[in-house]
Amino acid sequence: MFYREAGQFKSNYVSDAAIFPLREDRIGLGIVIAAAYALAFMGSDFLLQAVMIPFLVFSLASIGLNILTGYTGLLSLGTGAFMGVGAYACYKLMTAFPDVNVIVWIFVSGFFSAAIGALFGLPSLRIKGFYLAVATLAAQFFLQWCFIRIPWLVNYNVSGALDAPLRTFFGIPIIGATATPQTRYLLVLTIVILLTWLASNLVHGRIGRMWIAIRDMDLAAELMGIRPLQTKLLAFAVSSYYCGVAGALLVFLWYGGAEYDVFNINQSFFILFMVIIGGLGSLIGSFFGAALIFIMPIVLGIVLPALLSPFGISVGSDTIEHLRFMIVGALIIFFLIVEPHGLARLWQIGKQKLLVWPFPY
Amino acid sequence: MRAPDHPILSKGDVLLAVENVSLGFGGVKALTDVSFDIRKGEIRAIIGPNGAGKTSMLNCINGFYYPTEGRITFKGVKRPKMRPYEAARGGIARTFQNVALFKSMSTLDNIMAGRSIKMRSNFFWQLFRHGPAMTEEVEHRRFVEEIIDFLEIQHIRRTPVGRLPYGLQKRVELGRALAMEPELLLLDEPMAGMNLEEKEDMSRFILEVNQQYGTTIALIEHDMGVVMDLSDRVVVLEYGRKIADGTPAEVKRDQRVIDAYLGVAH
Repeated sequence: MFYREAGQFKSNYVSDAAIFPLREDRIGLGIVIAAAYALAFMGSDFLLQAVMIPFLVFSLASIGLNILTGYTGLLSLGTGAFMGVGAYACYKLMTAFPDVNVIVWIFVSGFFSAAIGALFGLPSLRIKGFYLAVATLAAQFFLQWCFIRIPWLVNYNVSGALDAPLRTFFGIPIIGATATPQTRYLLVLTIVILLTWLASNLVHGRIGRMWIAIRDMDLAAELMGIRPLQTKLLAFAVSSYYCGVAGALLVFLWYGGAEYDVFNINQSFFILFMVIIGGLGSLIGSFFGAALIFIMPIVLGIVLPALLSPFGISVGSDTIEHLRFMIVGALIIFFLIVEPHGLARLWQIGKQKLLVWPFPY
Repeated sequence: MRAPDHPILSKGDVLLAVENVSLGFGGVKALTDVSFDIRKGEIRAIIGPNGAGKTSMLNCINGFYYPTEGRITFKGVKRPKMRPYEAARGGIARTFQNVALFKSMSTLDNIMAGRSIKMRSNFFWQLFRHGPAMTEEVEHRRFVEEIIDFLEIQHIRRTPVGRLPYGLQKRVELGRALAMEPELLLLDEPMAGMNLEEKEDMSRFILEVNQQYGTTIALIEHDMGVVMDLSDRVVVLEYGRKIADGTPAEVKRDQRVIDAYLGVAH
């Protein structure tokens, strides 16, 4: 009824090639963005600090991995390490040049992990699939070793950890102990929206088509003049850029300081699960995946005790914790069975159905 | 305008020459001392029984394999050892025996992907999907729409090609190859598994491509009726060797060809 293609005619190729050809989609997106900004002023500090900021950070990292694994079909287990490179690069840059605004350094730090990512992407010309995943494990272990063993990276800090020195933006603290969750959330949100928009432009254009071509049929892609090495390395670089920025955001705008083991192999798997559950080769899927894997356990932790208490069942917090793991695990399996292509596909099917609703087709 | 790297050929000149090409994989000889040429503007068929080395020949021409002996001359220049993407940039396009489309992409995107080598706008503009990137996108879209019209696949423009029936997939694959505006188009069994009507359509497209755009076509096909009707000249391979070369009429009368296809009484 309210979601129809009818009557929206495209009279030129520019509007036909629009990323959101439907007016309703554009309005919906506008509402979501507006709501996200409004949340900064209405949400509690807990909601912003413990739910929304990490959700956005993980979404950004998932977009990064999705570009590599979802769009280009190159499986990587080095996500955590590439995030780490961004975080450490950002730390070095903002302590070495404290006068330059830290927002600049957050964006620049991504280039460092892009370079490292492209370097570790070199084996991808020869190896594919699980074998490539093992090759990227090398990046994971080597870079993590660097984070532990090279004290220069943390400015010879005795604790060996990254800390977040106070940095301001027009006098407002954005990084450091005095920065409010509200300002940090607004900053993260803006960066994530900006980078998502750029990623969406990339994947819908020539470069995105080249990535998908390599993923779907690399031999045919090469026969059409697409250079496999350059295309794959570009995917590695762009993907690592996103992971690097996400890593910097994670340390300085969420944790407010971190040790090397934040960027361990578990982090890589965590992001990979988000990408798989959300939907390989879908940007919106990256957000869905991050929401399911990160926000769902938090919601369950709050909802479960409230659900059980009316029945007079009072359970200890450790039991709640176990239940949470079990339910999230079951939900992941459920979604994978219902739709192996991830939540993004469910979303797409839902929209298709809505287009013709209330009729079945 | 860039100065052409190669001499401009007119119709009838030799576009590609295969000279004494042999190809071996370890002890297996896929091709032995094969020589033939493809002239500009013609439809050249390569036929032969199964395992004769036809597809290996195409793979040599577009750079998947490098001949162990002999040489391949394209547009009068001897080709160095090259990768398939270099052959593609040189103007050789190809379709596959088993369809090799990008399954998750729509018909439109598949054919647009065929324009990749023609697109020039840099990464920066791609990031913003603006300025030159968008101008280029529209310009190439226009070209792709011409191909879509030509192949009569307007109705499946937005369909992911993985969902299309086989005959249409073959047609989309031809469209993707045409998007490269190739000088030499290699078709590996374009009509395999098609019904009569689909074969007739495909034959019409091949002839029209050849006549309208002057594209030189090398074609592997098992349907002898199609081969004899479409092609200007035919080369026949058997067990990796050339056994006949000539017009369809000549080849049809050749005793060795008849023996190869029908068997010899012992």
